[in-house]
This record gives sequence, C-alpha cells and structure tokens, in this order.
Amino acid sequence: MFEQVRRIAADLFAVPTERLTSESSPETVEAWDSNQHLTLVLALEERFAFQLYPEEIEQMHTLGDVARVVEAKVQAVKS
Amino acid sequence: MVTNGRGQVLELRKEIDELLGRGAAPVAYRRLGELWRQEQGQASAAFVVSRCEKLRGQLSFTPFRLAILRSFTVEPAIILLRAAAFLSGIDLQVQVGDFNAYPQEILDSNSSLYKFSPDAVILAAQACDVAPDLWNAFADLSSDAAAAAVQRVVSSYRQWARAFRERSQATLIVHTLEQPSVPALGVLDAQSPLPQRADFEQINQQLRTLNGELRGVFLLDYDALVARHGRTRWRDQRKWLTSRMPIVADQLIHLAHEWLRFLVPLSGRTAKALVVDLDNTLWGGVIGEDGMTGIKLSAEYPGASYQALQRAMLDLSKKGILLAICSKNNPEDAMEALEHHPGMLLRPQHFAAMRINWNDKAQNLREIAAELNIGIDSIAFLDDNPVERESVRATVPEVTVIDLPEHPVDYAAALRDCPVFERLTLSQEDRERTVLYAAERERSHVQQTFASKEDFFRFLEQEAEVAPVAPATLARVSQLTQKTNQFNLTTRRYTEQQIADLAAVPDAQVTSIRVRDRYGDHGLVGVAITRDQGEDCEIDTFLLSCRVIGRTVETALLAHLAEQARARGRRRMFGRFLPTRKNAPARDFYSRHGFQLQSQNGEGSLWVLDLAHANVPRPEWIKINITNGGKN
Repeated sequence: MFEQVRRIAADLFAVPTERLTSESSPETVEAWDSNQHLTLVLALEERFAFQLYPEEIEQMHTLGDVARVVEAKVQAVKS
Repeated sequence: MVTNGRGQVLELRKEIDELLGRGAAPVAYRRLGELWRQEQGQASAAFVVSRCEKLRGQLSFTPFRLAILRSFTVEPAIILLRAAAFLSGIDLQVQVGDFNAYPQEILDSNSSLYKFSPDAVILAAQACDVAPDLWNAFADLSSDAAAAAVQRVVSSYRQWARAFRERSQATLIVHTLEQPSVPALGVLDAQSPLPQRADFEQINQQLRTLNGELRGVFLLDYDALVARHGRTRWRDQRKWLTSRMPIVADQLIHLAHEWLRFLVPLSGRTAKALVVDLDNTLWGGVIGEDGMTGIKLSAEYPGASYQALQRAMLDLSKKGILLAICSKNNPEDAMEALEHHPGMLLRPQHFAAMRINWNDKAQNLREIAAELNIGIDSIAFLDDNPVERESVRATVPEVTVIDLPEHPVDYAAALRDCPVFERLTLSQEDRERTVLYAAERERSHVQQTFASKEDFFRFLEQEAEVAPVAPATLARVSQLTQKTNQFNLTTRRYTEQQIADLAAVPDAQVTSIRVRDRYGDHGLVGVAITRDQGEDCEIDTFLLSCRVIGRTVETALLAHLAEQARARGRRRMFGRFLPTRKNAPARDFYSRHGFQLQSQNGEGSLWVLDLAHANVPRPEWIKINITNGGKN
C-alpha cells in the first residue's frame, strides 16, 4: 500500500519516488502545500474508489499516516 | 477513472520517459495520449503535464491564457484540464482568482485579472454562493421574495458581464447555476406552481440572453453538466464543508472536459472534416461479404447503434463539419449501400469527398484534405479498427484520431463527446457548407473541360459584393480571421470585439467580400483590414476562404482596396507577407499584383505599391457591387 501511495504522491509533488519516505510530510516536501494535500486526497479517492471523511483526512500528517488511513479504509470498504 | 491494469500503465510511463530521453518527441506524445486514455486522474494528469512541458520546444502547441473566477476550489480540476488540453494541442496557462472575489476582480480595471491579459475567462460561481437565499432558505421566502432574489442574481450577472466587456476583449464563459439535488420542501415542491427548481431555471434562462446581448459571452450549462452525471453523485458535501471543494474526485474530469469544449474552438484546434470508415463503423458487418441484406443497419438493435452514429454525424454536418469517407472496399459494393440501403440516414450527397479503394489510409486522408482544401490537421478520423487508428496516429500525427469504445452501442456517444467538433457560433455559411461543397465538386468537374482558365472564369459568372463590416457580418468576419490559414497574408486573429473596435477607428477599414456564381452563393469568403497613416495605407489583414482560392477573387478585392485608398488620397499601399507553415498559397500574392519588395527579415516581407503610378486591374469576369459604409 505504501508503495502505491508513494508513487501517487511522487507524481503530484513532482519529486523522484525514492525521495519520499513514510516520514515525509508537508514540512519536508516543498510542493506539499494545502492545495496539494487536497489533490493527494482526491487522487487517492479516485484510485481506490472511496470517499474519506474529514476526520480521516485529519489523521494524514505524514506519508506513512496516509498509507495507514488508506489501508484501513480499503479494508473497511471490503468488509 | 478508467484503469486498464496498473502494470500496463507503469510500463507505459517507463516507455514515455525513455522516449523523451531519446528525443523521440512525436512518439512520446502519442504514448502520453494512450496513457491518458487509459487513466484520467490527478496522478496521471500531473505526469502528463510535466512530460508535455518538456515537449514544448519540439511540438507546436497553441498557447492559451485562461483565467478562472470562482466561488469554490477549482485547483484539482485545473491539472486535469491542463493535461487534457496538452493532449488536444493546447498549452494552457491558468490563473485562478481568490474565493468569491470575482465582483471586485471584474470591476477593478487594474485587477490581477486584467493584468494577466487572458484569452478567455471562466466565471464559475456556485448557486449556493450567488443565491444563498434560494438555495438554503427557500422555505422562508414568499413567492415575491423569491422572484426578487431571482432578479437580483440575474442583474448582478448582467452587471458583471457588461463591466467585463467594457474592460477586456477576452471571451467570457459563464457557468449556469445548478439546482439543489433535494428540494427544501421535499415532494411538496413538485406540487407548487413555483417550485424551488423553477427559480434556478429562471435564472439560467435569463443568463442565456447574455449571449445575444454581449459579444463573446458564452454560457456553460453547469446545471446540465451536473444533471448529466447525477446530482447526488456529483456533490461532495464533506469536502465542500472542509475545503470548499464541492465536487467528488472522480467527477472532476467531467468539469475539465466541459471547459475544454470551449477552449478547443477558442484556440482554433477544431476539426473541419470528419472522415469515416464504412464496414463496422457506418453499418455492422462487411458489405463486400455480407451484402445489402446482411449488413446491420436499421431502427432495431443491433442496426440501431449504427443509425445512432449516422444521426450524430448528420448533426455535425448541420454545424458545418464536412463528412468524408475513407474505406477499404470495392467502390461498387459500397456505393450500392450508400445509395440504396433503406437503413442509411447518410447518402452520397452528405459526403464532400470519398476514397473507397484499397490504398493506404494515410495516403487517402492526405488526398481528402487536398480535395477539400483544408489542412491535414483539420481532419478527424473515425474507424472501428484499432490497428487502422494506430497506423494513422503513427503516420499522420496531425490527424485527430477518435478513439471508439469497444461496443458499437457506445459509438454515437463517443463521437458526440469529441471537443474538436464544438462550435461556439454558427454562421449561415456553416449551415450550408455541405451543399456548397457538393456544388464545388461539380464546378471542378466542369473546369477540366475548358480551353483556358479565363474561359472558365467567364463561364462561372462570378459576382462579388464588397462592403464594410456591419453588425450582421461581424461574427463571420472574426471567424474567418480565426480559422483561415492558407490564403492568409498575415494570419492575425481577431475576436468579434476587436473587429468591432477596429471598425470604429476612423483611419481603419474592415472590408468583407461575398461571392456568388452560377452554382450558388459562397457567402462571405474574404476579409481585408487596412489602416491609413499619412500618405500610406497598410494592409493589416488580407485573407480568403479556401473555397474561392484560384478564381481571381483576391485580385478583385485587392483592386478594390487600392481604388479606395487612392480615393482617400493615399499615395502608397503597403502589404506584409508573414509566412507560416500553412500559407504558402499566398506567398506570391503581392509580387503577382505588381507590388515591389521593400524589405525582408526573418519574420516576413514588406511590399509596396505606388498608387499614383501603378494600378491593380480588376478582373473583367467578376461583377463587383460595392456597398459604401459611412466612413469611406
């Protein structure tokens, strides 16, 4: 899951995939501003065909958090 | 989002980067198109845009500046728009206004909106922001208060549009207002003579009158767009409340595509002709094998899918888009079906050109373009066979290849979805184009039987009407400056507003020419713009529709300009030839008419005619009627 999230983020933030780690966050990635954060959320919603709640989006502080939220959401949609 | 296997997409991306690394720009661009057809989303849009930006120097994109005035978050739709635009040949630069700041931005002529000098501006305000009372508090309103709210909204829009028109020549595209998906009063709403929905309909109906009142103002039917994709599936209440983003992620692409439908015609990236295959495209089956009784073409399924496609093509021809056939077939078999099959909605007279043979399709497409006198990049190609499509993409990359879905039942919708066939205005000439071309086919047939060109010209009995531009011809004159590429000396594009402004300048003349001959009326086919300065008159624009090239109409128009300039007391006439990839037919225009080369540089050449001592003779075989405007 982290790999998929990382590739999407790399496209959106226009950085090489290997520059992103699970610790990457708006503080460490220059292009990751609030607009790009929204775009990331939308890209994930497109890719995984779900809609996140504001509370879920709020938990996304680092790329690792993002992958965890997505993973949980995918599991929840499946069951 | 359409996904055809992630592995395939990743492979494709790798290939694209490799191609870019090798400098194989056209192939890389083609593969980007393929990637985009497979996956249209935020991530792939970012990828497409970043790669297309690298292709800027190597492929010829049309630059276009778009400003968006808005009441909601549009940014995620913009990256999708830019990707789709790049793949339609348009390099978009987009500026977005502040939230709900559009009234100030429009009214203040020093605002960043005007400093950006956009080619087009989209006013995207939401119903809930512009009419919060009608949207949110409808249950509280008396019918009088609701009517007053409708009027308030409409008059604000009218005021903004007028103010914008006074301050800018850019095109203005106004979103209509969407209706609430659930009325405030539930099913009771439908029992009322004045339901909540009706108020929004009324606003939209009145907004549509702006198109007739002001030049270059167009409506984008946002309400219809939302309805088409389903109101409840469109709106994302969660993100609206937290990020002012009211649209569900996977619907954003539809908004981007709707915007593109306006930008394609505005940037001149339209197709003038649609070339279609026959077997398994216009009908089901293969005429050469299945015969007249075997092919599927009727009002019932499965023939109905093909009739629906033919109906869509007929609709395009009503907008002035030429239809042509390019098919690998025995001509006798195909003509039999075209002429006599009872299920055909299209008949031979609907087609301006036909190539029914066993030759290579790329070659046939080039011939069709030459026969119709249009550029190869003005051709769109429709074929059910993916191999033919890919081969045309590879060998004639200028052609717009329409990607057909797998199942024929979806063909008609795919054709109607193509932005290259969008038109924002329709002239009389557009409506009659198919008939004009049919007459032209007969004309060129006749031409071959004359001893000399002059004999042919006399036989044609051409009559020309020369007149200053008038309100009724403004749209057509502007359209010709936008669309004419071949016989166009300077290729300067003008909006309707700019033409109107020019016509009002005392020292400028905007002249149009209409041509009629024994076969019929060609309509308004030529435009010249001249400007006087002291003793000189300079030809700013001189162009002729390809329909009348080679019949000395250009000489008649130039002779008229020279006579008029002399009558106004000018002593010299200047003209420029600015070469482009397409205007070779106009290259020797000035030298052919006795102008002397004055200077030449990388941009083009400057020519001069001494009006006191030289003359442009009128061709004796064209009868010229001159209408004088107030100014000359």
